[in-house]
Amino acid sequence: MDLFSTFFNIPVLMQSLPQLMNGLLVTIGIGATSIIAGLIGGLFLAVLRLYAGPVVTGLVRAYIDVFRSIPLLVLLIIVYYALPFVGIRLSPFFSAVTALTLVSAAYTAEIFRAGIEAIPKGQFEASAALGLSNRYIMTDIILPQAIRIVIPPLTNNCINVLKDTALASVVAMPDLLKQATQAQALSANPTPLIGAAVIYLILLLPMVRYVAHLEKRFSRGRS
Amino acid sequence: MKAPLIKISNLRKTYGQFVALHGINLDIAQGEVLCVVGPSGSGKSTLIRCINHLEPFEAGSEITVDGIPVRPGPDLDQVRAEVGMVFQSFNLFPHMTVLRNVMLAPIRVRKMSEADAEKRARDLLERVGISVQADKYPAQLSGGQQQRVAIARALAMEPRVLLFDEPTSALDPEMVGEVLDVMKKLAGTGVTMVVVTHEMGFARQVADRVLFMDGGAIIEAGTPSEIFDAPKEERTRNFLHAVLDH
Ligand SMILES: Nc1ncnc2c1ncn2[C@@H]1O[C@H](COP(=O)(O)OP(=O)(O)O)[C@@H](O)[C@H]1O
Ligand SMILES: [Mg+2]
Repeated sequence: MDLFSTFFNIPVLMQSLPQLMNGLLVTIGIGATSIIAGLIGGLFLAVLRLYAGPVVTGLVRAYIDVFRSIPLLVLLIIVYYALPFVGIRLSPFFSAVTALTLVSAAYTAEIFRAGIEAIPKGQFEASAALGLSNRYIMTDIILPQAIRIVIPPLTNNCINVLKDTALASVVAMPDLLKQATQAQALSANPTPLIGAAVIYLILLLPMVRYVAHLEKRFSRGRS
Repeated sequence: MKAPLIKISNLRKTYGQFVALHGINLDIAQGEVLCVVGPSGSGKSTLIRCINHLEPFEAGSEITVDGIPVRPGPDLDQVRAEVGMVFQSFNLFPHMTVLRNVMLAPIRVRKMSEADAEKRARDLLERVGISVQADKYPAQLSGGQQQRVAIARALAMEPRVLLFDEPTSALDPEMVGEVLDVMKKLAGTGVTMVVVTHEMGFARQVADRVLFMDGGAIIEAGTPSEIFDAPKEERTRNFLHAVLDH
């Protein structure tokens, strides 16, 4: 058996492709849901961390530290295997989304906080002096400027979340990786795994390039 | 004599142990142009930033604007709608066009329609000589032009009081005049102006009253000729010597 027909076996690939595509949809479903929920949660946490009273701020900081420290795989296994002992039983999909969102929100909160803190104090003062309410100061003045700063790190976080969706296969979620390992077992050939790796690359490489491009542009624009 | 528009009594402000304002008492009349001069660090910015509560001040201090107490809460929204401010560093909103900068507050705070706000903004930009640049972004304008937009932005709220914190100090010398000209025109319109400035010529020409501050206190106040031609206090004389002799 030569290398090519072992790792790049076209008939096996063709046969497993529909299964891989189903897996890809699941992967994107988990990833997109977690990314969106993490964005909303992260923005909320960032604003609380910056502007709430000392108690809430302390709690938010504790949340952020804990969920940035805990390994995602450990968190996922706790959510899926340990929570049922206290009567919380989540499907594999929601277990994966919950774990990914909890962690993504923590990272996103730090990204938003840094973005908001990067806006000069004079912008807050000028808008307050005009009589704008805190809400409009945020939505009209601060966030539109902060968004430009946070897009590269947020895209980076999206990449991480999408990569981490592969962990969902350990809770029996039929995501791209899980489908690939099943197809591999079925066909007794590793080609589906290679196929899955290539699909991950096709999905993520453009985002990695995009971040690199943005970072280069921003660093040029700041001189 | 009419009741003063702004009443400041026993205004104290501290930063930790440091006392930035030592119990200031000051009344400012409707329509008055008051210039505040004094050495750097004497508390001029702190004083005017207390008037719209950009700086919180100590308990026991009291400021009212048109009878409304300056304190956190709904009163403050009312005060800030009546008190405009122009900063040394312009602080225009860089992600909005010049026109949008001027339209924003009337729409958001006064709930004015887009069309009315745009009309008012264009009129004001005309008045400060920026109408041609209405659709540009702040970064595309010179410092003097940006500061004139900042004045138009403050005026769009039709404030009763305008606070200026060294509005020409960040400008290249050739642009100082165009901003001072706009301010001189404003001084005739009945709006109350409190101007922190190092432009003694402007203060002498335009002010109804000049205030000299040092060490967080008002040392001397009077008409421009009282302060500039016959200062009573040693510290005022020293300061004027230092700034006028070069
Ligand atoms: N945020 C701050 N923290 C500590 N000290 C401050 C702060 N802001 C101003 N001060 C101090 O208060 C004094 C008055 O400052 P300021 O009102 O800015 O003076 P001026 O405008 O007359 O130059 C200065 O000694 C300054 O160092
Ligand atoms: Mg100052």
